[in-house]
Amino acid sequence: MSEKHEIIPVWFFVGVLLLVYGFLIFASGLAEWSHPPETVHLANLHAPVWWGGLLFVLGLVYCIKFSPKRKA
Amino acid sequence: MIAIVASAAQTTLVHLSTVDLVIIAFYFALVLGIGFYLKRFAKTGEDFFLAGREMTAWVAGLAFVSANLGSLELLGWAGSAYQYGILAAHWYWIGAIPAMVFLGIVMMPFYYISKTHSVPGYLQLRYGPAASALSAVTFAIMTILMSGVNMYAMAVVMKVVLGWDINFSIWVSSLTVGIYVAAGGLFSAIFNEVLQFFLIWFGALLIPILGLIETGGWKGMVARIQQNFPGQDFTHAWSTLGRFQDNPMGMHWTGIVFGLGAVQAMGYWTTDFLVVQRVLSAKDIRSAKMAPIIGSFFKMAVPLIVILPGLLGLAVLPMHLVPASSLQPGQYSYNEVLPLMLARYCGPGLLGLGITALVAGFMAGMAGNVSAFATVWTYDIYRPFLRKNAPDQHYVSMGRWCTLIGLFASIGTAYLAMGFASIMDYVQALFGFFIAPLFGTVLLGMLWKRVSRAAGFWGLLAGTLSSVTMFTLMKLDHRWVSVFALSPHAQGLAQDMYQALWSCVTCVVVTVLVTLVTKPRPDEELKGLVYALTEVAHEEHTSFLHRPLFWGIAALAVLLVLQIIFW
Repeated sequence: MSEKHEIIPVWFFVGVLLLVYGFLIFASGLAEWSHPPETVHLANLHAPVWWGGLLFVLGLVYCIKFSPKRKA
Repeated sequence: MIAIVASAAQTTLVHLSTVDLVIIAFYFALVLGIGFYLKRFAKTGEDFFLAGREMTAWVAGLAFVSANLGSLELLGWAGSAYQYGILAAHWYWIGAIPAMVFLGIVMMPFYYISKTHSVPGYLQLRYGPAASALSAVTFAIMTILMSGVNMYAMAVVMKVVLGWDINFSIWVSSLTVGIYVAAGGLFSAIFNEVLQFFLIWFGALLIPILGLIETGGWKGMVARIQQNFPGQDFTHAWSTLGRFQDNPMGMHWTGIVFGLGAVQAMGYWTTDFLVVQRVLSAKDIRSAKMAPIIGSFFKMAVPLIVILPGLLGLAVLPMHLVPASSLQPGQYSYNEVLPLMLARYCGPGLLGLGITALVAGFMAGMAGNVSAFATVWTYDIYRPFLRKNAPDQHYVSMGRWCTLIGLFASIGTAYLAMGFASIMDYVQALFGFFIAPLFGTVLLGMLWKRVSRAAGFWGLLAGTLSSVTMFTLMKLDHRWVSVFALSPHAQGLAQDMYQALWSCVTCVVVTVLVTLVTKPRPDEELKGLVYALTEVAHEEHTSFLHRPLFWGIAALAVLLVLQIIFW
């Protein structure tokens, strides 16, 4: 992103955020798999598991692709 | 912090679990960490106030859209979608896309080539200190007032939705924003706006996905809405705009096309420095032109996560929501439709993500306000009128202090709003007074070299005063609504559109008249500032896929298709 400054690309921070959130949401989805919250509609679809998984994978891709150690 | 928040959440709209609180806490830690990391790069004035002018078109474009995608915006427009139906989407379509394309293709070259730090800075170059000072002072005051009012409104939402203490919400979020913006300047603000962009999309996108699954798709949703609200049309964007009384907004298509699309949206997206500052951070002129066009594609898609949840609320919520002004115990207001939908589909983890998206949107909006305030104060008020020719480091220090001063002034305004709730409506109306006439002033200045300095100032002043006069008259006596908004059925938003239209027309007429009786500036003083005297790099040798014009036309074509689909 930067020509004048050697700044870590913002995409790397996006990746970290998605990676951590993806992991937490995926894990909480697995934890409630057998007893999903009663007040949540469509809980049988287990949205936290696939949505958390998606975030985790995207975060991983961003972290690797925009890693500060990897020169463009 | 987690303990305080958890203890506050008792009987509220949603209840957060430990994983939700960890998600929120991680966001605060990350933005503070980014702020401290970026501090080392914000050394010169250009670094601090314009992020070094080295952002790519994508980063500047996402920040440009995010600066406007605050949490109150999300909550408010989702509520408007519940109240008015898909008509609310006009503020994301005709009320944004043509203006964004116009900014990228027509206006950005002048802002960028003139090397101005701000919109008042452009007025200084084009019209001299009087018009610039009028614009800078009003912008600085309004930005702080808006920031404070939004801060209070968000704290109220957090209290209603989560049970958080209002003082806690105001101080924790404000101090976090103050620290990271004072440290990294516009670098920090833009980085966090990009983070916020992803958070909002991933936090809110599940609601329409799960909502459409529950209703059986778009047709199923429309059928349920018709069943819940018989005789009312919430799902057509244009077909009900033939007469004021045919739609719940009390709107006519002329108000949408001319008031919203041609004036208010143009004014906001092309002259509000809060959003324009993001594009000025672009690394070159092609990136500066592409940034708002990239942003326009994402802006067009925002109704998916804002308007559609409001419509789904009409279809699936068991209760009918009501206006906040007539709220009774046990009822919910329109503005709570998004949190209600969030609570409907999101359990632990996903709920934390959604709430973090709202908090992030609020903080990014505040960061945008204080960073724009610091720039305008330092470069357009302090430097020209109070201390000229100081070293660059002095202005950077001033910018850092201004960030904190602006923040505390915002907090003061938030407490003022707490004491006088009606002040919120007036502050939001005040902001609207300046935007539409400013568009007339800036556009005439860019396109017509004959416009004189005096004409710029008097046109801007006359447009602003006419806006204030119309607003006051319509508030004092409803009969004026028929005069200015063309129908007694015109509601608040419709009145705003016509007020914007007439104030811009007043500005243009006065500017033209004064121009004709005053002496124009010599051509050599206007090079790089007006269309006829500016060399804009041509793009004949660039592949059409790299041309901003091509993508601008593509954005307008997609907009047209959307209008036909939802006609």
